[in-house]
Amino acid sequence: MVLVNGMVTLFLAGGLFFTLVGSIGLLRFPDFYTRLHATGKCDTLGTSLILIGLIIHHLFHYSGTPLVPVRLLFLVFFIFIANPAATHALMKAAYEVGVKPWKLGDERR
Amino acid sequence: MEIRGRAKMNRGEKTFGILITFGILFLFWILLSGLFDVFHLIAGVICSGIVTLMSHDLMVKGKDEKFIGKSLRLFWYIPWELWQIVLANIDVAYRVLHPKMPIDPLLIEFETPLRSDFSLVTLANSITLTPGTITISVEPEKGTFRVHAIAKEPADALLVDQTMQRKVAEVFFVEWSGTDQPTKP
Repeated sequence: MVLVNGMVTLFLAGGLFFTLVGSIGLLRFPDFYTRLHATGKCDTLGTSLILIGLIIHHLFHYSGTPLVPVRLLFLVFFIFIANPAATHALMKAAYEVGVKPWKLGDERR
Repeated sequence: MEIRGRAKMNRGEKTFGILITFGILFLFWILLSGLFDVFHLIAGVICSGIVTLMSHDLMVKGKDEKFIGKSLRLFWYIPWELWQIVLANIDVAYRVLHPKMPIDPLLIEFETPLRSDFSLVTLANSITLTPGTITISVEPEKGTFRVHAIAKEPADALLVDQTMQRKVAEVFFVEWSGTDQPTKP
């Protein structure tokens, strides 16, 4: 049980770390496109790691309801499909409206 | 005779699509409800039936002979992709937390031999999830991708190495050996 709890803690900590890095990147990066690099990637993995931690926790501590982990697993699956698609949609919209990409040496926006 | 044969095959494809869609929807209903009494099962049949009638042509567009082969290869491709996602996040974390922020964004374009919707979506999503690159737009007719890269190394991974394009082309049985190399007979 100590091992399971340790793994769950590790997954939750990893998820929190990547979500935090995504937020810091959102604040530090200079323009729209680079900010999407930070949020689009880190949110996908961060949320998924947190959900995987919850799945393991549920499997071992509430084994009476096995359908709940399966539902959470589907959530991970859909996040992995929807998150890159949403990032791509935002990128494309910005590009077609004419937002200029930041180049090295420009002012930050 | 010929026409009748063709019409029959089309009807077969349609039934196949309807059955697959209905089965997946009903399984999903059971998974989400978790109740096995008569009321909920019948309600599930009715709801899946209505959704199937409206959208059975979205999921299955005719039979594909290599469908099983493609699915197997896709499952083989996913672990590699997951590992790339972990690398991508470590890469972004490094760039975010480094005091000098080593970024140098640029736009790149390249062509691929992929044409089918599903293969284009797979490659576009893979590019978005892998280190330092996000797909901006895709031309389905020419297979052209426009990609925003956060620095020079991730752009080179797509333009010079082309590991990912090759892997996706392999999954979808597209003959290809890189854009710069001469095609072998």
